[in-house]
Amino acid sequence: MPDAVALYRTIRLIRRFEERAIELVRSGDIVGGVHPYLGQEAIATGVCAALRPDDVITSTHRGHGHVLAKGADPARMMAELAGRVTGLNRGRGGSMHAADFSLGILGANAIVGAAGAIACGAAWAGMLAGSDRVAVTFFGDGAVNQGVLLEAMNLAALRRLPVLFVCENNGYATTMPTAGAVAGTITGRAAAFGIPASTVDGMDVSVVLDAAREAVERARAGAGPTMLECLTYRFDAHHTFEHRVRLRYRDDADVAAGRSRDPMQIQGARLDPDERTRIDVAVETVLDEAVRFALASDHPDPAGALDHLYASGLRARPGVA
Amino acid sequence: MPILSYLKALGRALGDELAADERVCVFGEDIRVGVANVTNGLLKRFGPDRVVDMPISEQAFTSFATGAALAGRRPVLEFQIPSLLFLVFEQIANQAHKFPLMTGGQAAVPVTYLVPSSGSRTGWAGQHSDHPYSLFAHVGVKTVVPATPTDAYGLFRAAIQDDDPVVVFAPAAAMGVREDVDYATLVPVPLGVARVHRPGTDVTVVAVGHLVQTALSVAEELADEISVEVFDPRTLYPFDWTGLAASLDRTGRLVVIDDSNRSCGIGAEVLATAAEQMRLVAPPKRVTRPDGAVLPFALALDQALQPSRDQLLTAVRAVAKGG
Ligand SMILES: Cc1ncc(C[n+]2csc(CCOP(=O)(O)OP(=O)(O)O)c2C)c(N)n1
Ligand SMILES: [Mg+2]
Repeated sequence: MPDAVALYRTIRLIRRFEERAIELVRSGDIVGGVHPYLGQEAIATGVCAALRPDDVITSTHRGHGHVLAKGADPARMMAELAGRVTGLNRGRGGSMHAADFSLGILGANAIVGAAGAIACGAAWAGMLAGSDRVAVTFFGDGAVNQGVLLEAMNLAALRRLPVLFVCENNGYATTMPTAGAVAGTITGRAAAFGIPASTVDGMDVSVVLDAAREAVERARAGAGPTMLECLTYRFDAHHTFEHRVRLRYRDDADVAAGRSRDPMQIQGARLDPDERTRIDVAVETVLDEAVRFALASDHPDPAGALDHLYASGLRARPGVA
Repeated sequence: MPILSYLKALGRALGDELAADERVCVFGEDIRVGVANVTNGLLKRFGPDRVVDMPISEQAFTSFATGAALAGRRPVLEFQIPSLLFLVFEQIANQAHKFPLMTGGQAAVPVTYLVPSSGSRTGWAGQHSDHPYSLFAHVGVKTVVPATPTDAYGLFRAAIQDDDPVVVFAPAAAMGVREDVDYATLVPVPLGVARVHRPGTDVTVVAVGHLVQTALSVAEELADEISVEVFDPRTLYPFDWTGLAASLDRTGRLVVIDDSNRSCGIGAEVLATAAEQMRLVAPPKRVTRPDGAVLPFALALDQALQPSRDQLLTAVRAVAKGG
């Protein structure tokens, strides 16, 4: 099991990866922008620390943290964001679809609420194959009002699937405050299906890890799904387009209050300061190399734009005869 | 004269309809703040009973709009991304569209579905870059794809005034188009009437949405060589077949440029109807996305799958020589 140092290292890696990615959005090397995971690092870190390599996860539009915490190579991840052939998805997926099936990362997903049911199906297949592997699905507070996610919870409870539903409640869905969109409670949705659910501090990685461990053990033991609602705050923009167009939905006081508890500082304070500095330096080296690798990699050849469209190898007709 | 952008035209049309008819209301996500830049300021003008911010529950609020329409309102829905139309396809194609016939004419469902920024948004990858207008034409839901600010204003207003469901696609690549206009001349544009942007005598190019600008630039480049007529259907369903027949009576040659997938796209329908019923002196051509296209993330790949100016140029030359 990971120690305090390893947990800090992952949080730090995600934090700095995101900051470097934002720089590459600004320089134009990453096209289309990103949804930064800044402020939410403890959730991906704590949950993935409770997993085995063969466990699977599904992620969201705000997915970099989950993908990195599950073990993806930061260099190939950065190359994916920059749309290069060396990227995790060969430059075909980008920020919102990053996946590494060899590590159980079934992909970020650009449609809110869409991945929960996918995780359930993967969990069911694992169960039938005799494995005790667990599936985790991450989603935001905005996703709890999508019908398909609620349908997935029903299926998970009905079949006692080894699934962990992790809601990252960061207070907003784009500009919509959670209170303006969610009737009842988020955990109440799980409770309605008989799924045990708890709300935990998503800023403290040790709290997240403890809660995730318990849920994962339950799932592995065949006791069925659990929901964790992790309370957190999005430190930066909904999407980097907000760096250009200022949207008025949370004022400076709200942002300052939300940022007052920082998962990186909370975990960092538990380390010896020298050790912390050593990790920070090591993470920077990894990310320097990741950026160098990404920007030195080739762009994909447009002649292969239709490659991988069909798993069977079917070649689609082009758009002109 | 003042300059009107496509995006501003949409916002203006919506504001004018809200002001003109108190049954009109707007539903969508983040429309209070105006993330898509269409609804800015409307909450202040019309209040929260007319400009209603919704949770991320597209299926529910799409049929919610149907219910409100059955009870006398005229809702306009804004969708943040084009592929959300896949999510609500049941609510539009199987519910809203079917009510008038299934109820023996008792019901009308005057709902407008607006997609600001349809098609590729450069770098938004597989699940945010679709352009599913042909799907709605296929099931027979009224479908408009305006190409210019004036038409965006006029068609959007006409869509809201229409008694049937209408889907309005505002292509991302058209959003930046600007036009000098006298605001007093802005009026609703009837659905089902095409517009010839440039008359010609050799080849008719049917261009959909943002591709009208591409067709105009190709027509200009070929001006000394081939006289190209640029035909903008504006409404894909119902299609202005009479207008197209008149154009082909003049030219007898046809190229369609359409940002749909090739198989069963609107381009296929235009070629088929022209072949069945209209004057063609040479085999027609279409320039589309490939069959089954999923736009890859990397920019060069994304662009490689969209119908291009070069492909259109080549197709027009080939059709001009053919027959
Ligand atoms: C079904 C669906 N509706 C709308 C969108 C557009 N959209 C992308 S992210 C987002 C907000 C999501 O909020 P939340 O689930 O709380 O996640 P967060 O962005 O806060 O991490 C919206 C509305 C989408 N991608 N999918
Ligand atoms: Mg949120």
